[in-house]
Amino acid sequence: MGVNRRKFLKIAGVSALGAAASPATEALAITPTEWLDKQLGGFSIPEFLLHFFHKPAGSQPAEALTATRWAMAVNVRMLDEEIVEACMEACHKIHNVPHIENPKREIKWIWHDEYEHVFPGQENEYIDENLQKLPFLVLCNHCFNPPCCRVCPTKATFKRKSDGVVMMDMHRCIGCRFCMAACPFGARSFNWVDPRKFIKEEEQNPEYPTRAKGVVEKCQFCAERLAKGQMPACVEAAQEICKKKGREPALVFGDLDDPNSEVRQVLRSHYSIRRKPELGTQPNVYYIV
Amino acid sequence: MYDGGKILAGVILGLILLTFPIWWTHGSAPPRPEVKLPEKEKKCVEEGAYMKRKHMQLLDLWRDSVVRVGDRSYVSFNGKRYDMSLQNTCMSTNCHAKKTEFCDRCHNYTGVVPYCWDCHIPPKEEPQEKAEEMH
Repeated sequence: MGVNRRKFLKIAGVSALGAAASPATEALAITPTEWLDKQLGGFSIPEFLLHFFHKPAGSQPAEALTATRWAMAVNVRMLDEEIVEACMEACHKIHNVPHIENPKREIKWIWHDEYEHVFPGQENEYIDENLQKLPFLVLCNHCFNPPCCRVCPTKATFKRKSDGVVMMDMHRCIGCRFCMAACPFGARSFNWVDPRKFIKEEEQNPEYPTRAKGVVEKCQFCAERLAKGQMPACVEAAQEICKKKGREPALVFGDLDDPNSEVRQVLRSHYSIRRKPELGTQPNVYYIV
Repeated sequence: MYDGGKILAGVILGLILLTFPIWWTHGSAPPRPEVKLPEKEKKCVEEGAYMKRKHMQLLDLWRDSVVRVGDRSYVSFNGKRYDMSLQNTCMSTNCHAKKTEFCDRCHNYTGVVPYCWDCHIPPKEEPQEKAEEMH
């Protein structure tokens, strides 16, 4: 026996026909309405069309404060223990920053340190003693040229193009801590433990998230407050107390690119320094000493 | 066939064991979860059918827009403006104020464990009502 040429061609032809017909038979197995439903993903036709043409997109809220380069000036001579504590408390409370005693695990967005630690390499032997005693308020410098963003493998930390704020995207952070190694100012903290356990439930701010174990966090220049048209929490707290005490504002916040902004005016009329300028990160936090 | 009986018995036993999860629970699927919709607010950001299927994509779009771009205002297709926020918009007092009665019902049913609430704080629920849930 065996398959001869004629028989082979017959079988091949019939199989090809069958293969070609199978999608058609499949399509016939469901009713046209079912098929349409499948194509539309379960939506009605107007619903489908609306979502097809409606490109969901966000926009800046109308009340938002905007700038092209946010910056802060810290007038250290106007600072005292009370203002510094108020700034730290305002920031840490609003942003659900946990209070962890262990210095190896602590989380801080804004804190204070003494002159020679904030400005290493500038500890002149006979410097004004008052300056050495002043509490220097330190926070993320929101560098113009941020080394943390260059090393982040997931772009979880990035400089926002619109206003230069160095942001953290907690959804993307994988906790590698490269950014902590890259930051010359120690402005970043890693969550070694679940931070929620260290925030009292009644002290939680329900409008702001906490963080999870395994991510790096830092000051965000109060991006969420700027969007609502409010000044950063520390600036607001400091200005309130300074007003009460009848002093010049200790913290001034504004747009460096705007020559008439409050920061620019303050920087024009006072001598200011920045932290580790030799590294070329171009900090956007200025210290008036 | 050598040991035909044993092999056949083994094959049958194997088939029974393999298909066990299918026939054991057949016809006894738990009832579909009923979510409790907000009483005050009747309209969600987008249409109900859309939210049911696409809320995760919407929330994903929101988080990228808010965190990465800084655009926090969302215009839904009926033209209403919303603040893009899980905590302050979706789960606000007038809307899905109870995670256990809304989010959790479907997520638990389908065995989905989203990590949203590892960081985002769900609204506080009164413990009394939680006790009711348990009964």
